[in-house]
Amino acid sequence: MVEVKTAEELNKKFLREGMWPTIFCNGCGHGVVLEYTFWALEELGWDMDKTMFASGIGCSSRLPGYINADGLHTTHGRAIAFATGIKAADPDFNVIVFTGDGDCAGIGGNHFIHAARRNIDMTVIMINNFIYGMTGGQLAPTAPLGSIATTAPYGNIEHPFDICELAKALGANYVARWPVSHPYQPIKSIKEGLQKKGFSLLEFLAPCPTAYGRRNKLGDIKKHWAWYDDNTILIEDYDKIMKYGSVKEKEEVKDKMQIGVFQDIQKPGFFELYDQLMERLKVEENKKREGKK
Amino acid sequence: MNQVMIDTGNYIAAKAAVMCKPDVVAAYPITPQTTLVEGIANYQGKGEFKGEYICVESEHSAMAACIGASATGVRTFTGTSSHGLLLMHEMLHWAALARLPVVMCNINRVVGPGWNIWTDENDSISQRDTGWIQFYCSSNQEIFDTIIQAFKIGEHQKVSLPVMISYNAFILSHTSMPVYVPDQKEIDAFLPKRKPLWYLDPNNPITFGNIILPAEYEKVRFDMQKSQYYCKKLIPEISKEWKEKFGRFHGDLLEYYKCENVEYILLSMGAIGAESKVAIDNLRKQGLKIGLARVRTFRPFPQEEILKLSKNADLIIIDRNISPGMEGAVFSEIKASLYGKSDAKVYGYIAGLGGKDVTFGDIEKMCKKAIDGKTKHLEWYGLEGV
Ligand SMILES: Cc1ncc(C[n+]2csc(CCOP(=O)(O)OP(=O)(O)O)c2C)c(N)n1
Ligand code: SF4
Ligand SMILES: [Mg+2]
Repeated sequence: MVEVKTAEELNKKFLREGMWPTIFCNGCGHGVVLEYTFWALEELGWDMDKTMFASGIGCSSRLPGYINADGLHTTHGRAIAFATGIKAADPDFNVIVFTGDGDCAGIGGNHFIHAARRNIDMTVIMINNFIYGMTGGQLAPTAPLGSIATTAPYGNIEHPFDICELAKALGANYVARWPVSHPYQPIKSIKEGLQKKGFSLLEFLAPCPTAYGRRNKLGDIKKHWAWYDDNTILIEDYDKIMKYGSVKEKEEVKDKMQIGVFQDIQKPGFFELYDQLMERLKVEENKKREGKK
Repeated sequence: MNQVMIDTGNYIAAKAAVMCKPDVVAAYPITPQTTLVEGIANYQGKGEFKGEYICVESEHSAMAACIGASATGVRTFTGTSSHGLLLMHEMLHWAALARLPVVMCNINRVVGPGWNIWTDENDSISQRDTGWIQFYCSSNQEIFDTIIQAFKIGEHQKVSLPVMISYNAFILSHTSMPVYVPDQKEIDAFLPKRKPLWYLDPNNPITFGNIILPAEYEKVRFDMQKSQYYCKKLIPEISKEWKEKFGRFHGDLLEYYKCENVEYILLSMGAIGAESKVAIDNLRKQGLKIGLARVRTFRPFPQEEILKLSKNADLIIIDRNISPGMEGAVFSEIKASLYGKSDAKVYGYIAGLGGKDVTFGDIEKMCKKAIDGKTKHLEWYGLEGV
């Protein structure tokens, strides 16, 4: 196998060129997340014949269609349920889900919370662009307060979902959030998430200049990336300020989105526990049989 | 005074819905429905729509919210398409069995996988047995007029059933046509406020959806059937009233086009129904004795009317849907309607699935082939017997 060194080589290896051009608009963050995922897969040297992708519906959910590997492009919000089935069929498969903020945190929220709670062994990559991009710009449940969307023309008044905090509370093994404007940390986190047994969530803040940016004065992609710099803060810095900072410093950061690794633990995953349960029942059954003899 | 509005099927539907003054609209976006509910939201922004507009997180919730609102006795409206409609399926049964006259537009779009946003009718056809009254429209004017009539039909105390108005993705939903829009006053006079026989009322508490034993449950279904049958009488009455008041008529359960002195009748639905008129004109010019009966209501199904047509003519049916393992849905219903009572020959075509275009030329070819006796009992146009 040739070692991949450039982005071009990387694309040759992982992309399904027959599907080009992509549907993505200029400046869309989805391609960036895909690229980070490819680098992570390349660095891990995973066998793509044992790696399966699943996605729901949305621009973000188009990603598996562009990857030269097996994939299920499913229905809106249900990718995680389909992915659970793939994993159950053969726990040796590496299962990666691409989903959007609408897909994962909105219509499909229930599948998400139960997969995280059960600690099903899969990696969910949720691309958060604060909007339903594909259907033209309706408010997503992750959109910051005040966001303008077709369904929030006067500014969003609904409190956004913090999907990382949710996953953390549910006991997911690995939880991280990064804006795509950070080049290295996302790749590292994807690698950690992929290697982790149990449920991992990777949330990426990625621009949708078409449906979100234009309405929120962030249509210029440079401004959008700058917005991430201005409105996010590393978890460690946030914690430090909240512990030791002045009132003014606290006030400045209190509404920022925290980024970094939210959780990195090692609870046994669902299928591990399931195998243990089967083993235990077999032993008990055998004992009973022995007793009868 | 009549005003002419030139707009797409979706914006026309939004206008009609708003003029019916629903108290609650709950919706979730899906292509190609999105501009319909955005249209309603725009009217709210302008102050023309005074009801509540709820953005929910799925179609299942949209229908559930409409059901909840409707149970309190108010008027409700929503719209969806394809997978959105499929996700509502459980709620569709619920609305109908609870006898709640929710009115909904469904923009006929293909069902996946094989992700496709174009038109065919499998989404709504597969809701056949939910108890909803189902209309299929062939023009933007018909969409407008049918929505207003639908509230009157569904809310009629002898009916109390939800109504679905289907029209084809893009061909109608995103195509502009001129539409006559009556004055609000005239619509108010035609469509009085909803007066339900029962509803959630703190002064007279009732519970919807309580447990029900077998013998009583069967009566519920029987009663639903009676109401569907009653619509066969009511729909023509309301179409007549509409014609008298507004001068427009799109047919009753069927729309007849050049059905006098015929040997053959073509039956089709939706946009293919409109295209069929051009085909009929051309075929008639060639001396063929053929007319069109466009199916407007799939539920209730116009059994008696079609049986009557079959006394003097053989029938050619085009379905833009398929019940796999059987045949097109309209074709099946027609044969069931004729069983044991008619000697007419029937020919069925499947055409236009996945949004494939069906032009008047295609329709002429299908008809001619059947008339020449060369059509098998059922054929997939363009895929079989070419
Ligand atoms: C059951 C159902 N309802 C609605 C839709 C329409 N729909 C397609 S994509 C989408 C929103 C996607 O938003 P998100 O998941 O954030 O993805 P993005 O396009 O922003 O990447 C919706 C509502 C659908 N496909 N299926
Ligand atoms: S609409 Fe937004 S999310 Fe969709 S491809 Fe364009 S930029 Fe990306
Ligand atoms: Mg999104």
